[in-house]
Amino acid sequence: MTNIGSYEERLKNFSWSIAEKELGYSDAKTKNIGWYCSDRICDMGKAEKTALIWEGHDGTEKRYSFNDLRLASNTIGKFLKNLGLKNEDRVCLFMDKIPELYFSFLGVLKIGAIVQPLFSAFGDESLHVRLENAETSVIITQRKHVSKVRRILEKSPYLKHIVIVDYDGKHPLREREIAFNLEETVPVEEFEIFPTKAESPSVLHYTSGTTGQPKGVKHVHYSLISQYLTTKWVLDLIEDSLLGQEEDIYWCTADPGWVTGTSYGIIGPWSMGITQCVLDKGFSAENWYQFIEKYNITVWYSAPTAIRSLMKAGDEIVRKFNLSSLRHLASVGEPLNAEAVIWSEKIYGLPFLDTYWQTETGSIMITNFPGMPIRPGSMGKPFPGIVGTVVDTKTYEPITTPGTIGLIAFKPGWPAMMRSYWNNEETYQSKFKNGWYIPGDRARLDDEGYFWFVGRDDDIINTAGHLVSPFEVESALLEAEQVAESAVVSKPDEINMEVVKAFVTLKPGFEPTPDNELTIMNFIRKKLSPLAMPQEIEFVKSLPKTRSGKIMRRLLHAREWGEDIGDTSTLEDEE
Amino acid sequence: MSEEMKDIILNYVIEEYLEDEDEEISYDTPLISGGIVDSFSMVSLKRFLENKYNISIPDDRATPEAFDSVTKITVLVDGFLK
Repeated sequence: MTNIGSYEERLKNFSWSIAEKELGYSDAKTKNIGWYCSDRICDMGKAEKTALIWEGHDGTEKRYSFNDLRLASNTIGKFLKNLGLKNEDRVCLFMDKIPELYFSFLGVLKIGAIVQPLFSAFGDESLHVRLENAETSVIITQRKHVSKVRRILEKSPYLKHIVIVDYDGKHPLREREIAFNLEETVPVEEFEIFPTKAESPSVLHYTSGTTGQPKGVKHVHYSLISQYLTTKWVLDLIEDSLLGQEEDIYWCTADPGWVTGTSYGIIGPWSMGITQCVLDKGFSAENWYQFIEKYNITVWYSAPTAIRSLMKAGDEIVRKFNLSSLRHLASVGEPLNAEAVIWSEKIYGLPFLDTYWQTETGSIMITNFPGMPIRPGSMGKPFPGIVGTVVDTKTYEPITTPGTIGLIAFKPGWPAMMRSYWNNEETYQSKFKNGWYIPGDRARLDDEGYFWFVGRDDDIINTAGHLVSPFEVESALLEAEQVAESAVVSKPDEINMEVVKAFVTLKPGFEPTPDNELTIMNFIRKKLSPLAMPQEIEFVKSLPKTRSGKIMRRLLHAREWGEDIGDTSTLEDEE
Repeated sequence: MSEEMKDIILNYVIEEYLEDEDEEISYDTPLISGGIVDSFSMVSLKRFLENKYNISIPDDRATPEAFDSVTKITVLVDGFLK
C-alpha cells in the first residue's frame, strides 16, 4: 500500500485542500514554514522524536529531536532579531551540510526574513553577484568559508553582519564579523514567531540564466502545501506508527544550497515529522552504503550522477553491505537513464523512480509514482493538481500527436510555484507563453501520457543536476589574463551527463600549454565554482562567428555531441 | 615512494584547495571524503599531476578512492613513473 494509492483516483478527486486539511492550514496560528517543521510537530506530541541524525566527515555523529530543532531555530531566530533584522530581510546561509545550516534555515524563516541558501563551494564572484542581487544583509557561515566573504567585503556595502558559527578565538574577528556558537548559547524556549502569511516570501534560491547574471527565484510560505503532499505521495514517507507501520528513516543526498536540499531535505520531511539523515562527507560508494546500513535508511532520494557513480563502483561492493532496510528510491536533477533504473532494480531490488521539477517549480511536477508501472527512462506523469503537457515550440499550443517533440509546459497556479525572479520582472514574465509556464526543457509524450525527456531548449549546461550558464563562465574566462575570447558549451560525460567545455583563444604572448590550461581551470574554479570549471579547455586560433560577429556556440556544441551542425549560411568566412 | 613528491602534492593541495588558513592537513588527511577536494575539482588536481610528472592518468584510475589522500595519490603517480 502506498500513500498515494490509485493515481487515477487521485486525479479524479484532487484538490490542494487535501494538504491544507492534513496540515490544519486554515486554523493554524501561523503559516510559517519554520513553525510547521518544528513547533507543530512538538505540539503533536512528537517533541522527543528524532528529527535529524547527522554524521560528519570524521565520523562524528549527532542526533537532534524535534524539540531540539524547535529550540535551536528559536535561538538562532532570537539572535538574528537582536542584530536588528526584520521581516523580508535577506539572510544568506553559506555553510557545508552542518546542523547549524538546517537550524538556521528554520530560524531565519521564524523571524519572517527570507532565507538565501548558497552552495558553499561557490567562489568569490558567484557569491558576490548573488549577495549583491539580493542585497543580503547577513551571511551565516563557517570559519573555513569566511575568507571568501572577506575578499568581497569591500564591494558589499549592504552586508551588515557576517555570522561565524564555529569561531574558535584563534584570530581576532574582523570588520562586521560576529561569533555565534549555538552550543554555548542558552536555548530560547519561548519565541514569538513572525506571523507570516501564505504569500509571505520565504526562500530565495539562485539559478543560472541563459544570459545575464543568475536569477533569484522567490518562493513563499505557501509552497509548504505542494512540498508536503509531494513528499508524502511521491517519496511515500510514512511517519505514523499508530497505523502499525514502521516509520521511515529518510536520506536526501542533496545539499541545501540547491532547491532539492530545502524542498525535500528540510521542508517536506520535517513538516511530516520524519526522521532524516544527513551525511556531510564527500562521495564514495563505500561511504554511502555504509551510511545506509548504519542508519537503516528506508527511503533514499538521490541524483542520477550519484547513481551512475555507484554503478561505476560495481556490483561487488554492494554485497559487502546490508541494504535490506531500503524500501523506496527516487532520483532528481537530470534525466535518469533507463540503464540506471534497470541496474538499481537488479542490484537493490528496487528501481529508482525519476522525478522532474526545477528551482522555479519548487516541488515535484512529473514523476513515476510508487505503485505505477514504470517505463525505464521515462519521466512519468504529472502530479495530481499539476496540468502538464508538451507544447509546440512556436505556437505554444499543446501537441496532440504522441511522440512529437515540443516544450514541457505547465498551467500556472500550484502552491510551490515561484512568485517572481528577484528584481527581474521582465525575465519572469518571459517564462509564460500562451497561458503556460515554460520551464525550458524539451520532451515528448507517448500515447499513454508518459513524458520522455529530450533536452534543454537553451544553452544552459546541466552538469550533475546543477545548471551552469555558459554566459557566466565565458564572462569569467575573459577576466583570466591569458584569454582573448571564449565560447563555452557542454560535452557528454558518462557520470555527470554533461560537463563544461571551453574553447579559448589566447592573447598574444600566451601559448596553448598544459600549464596555461590548468591555470585557467583553477581561475574559474575559485571565481565561480568547481561545477563551472571547464573540465576541458581547447585552445583554438579563432572561434566560429556569424557575419555580425556573434560566436556560434551551436556549432561547437554540435561538434562535441556528434550532431549535424545545421545551417551555417550565417557563418563568418574563415580567413 | 618519494617524500619530495608527497611534499609537492601536499603543498599544491594546501595552496589550491584549502580555504581555512588554520586548517592543517597531513599526507593521510581524507581529501575527497573529507570534503577538501570535490569530484569536479579532482579534474584540476589530476591535470596538475599529469603536467608536473609528465604522465597520463586514465579516467578509470582517477577514482575518488585513489585521490583520497596525498599518500594514495603519490602511490598512484609512482605507478605511472615506473
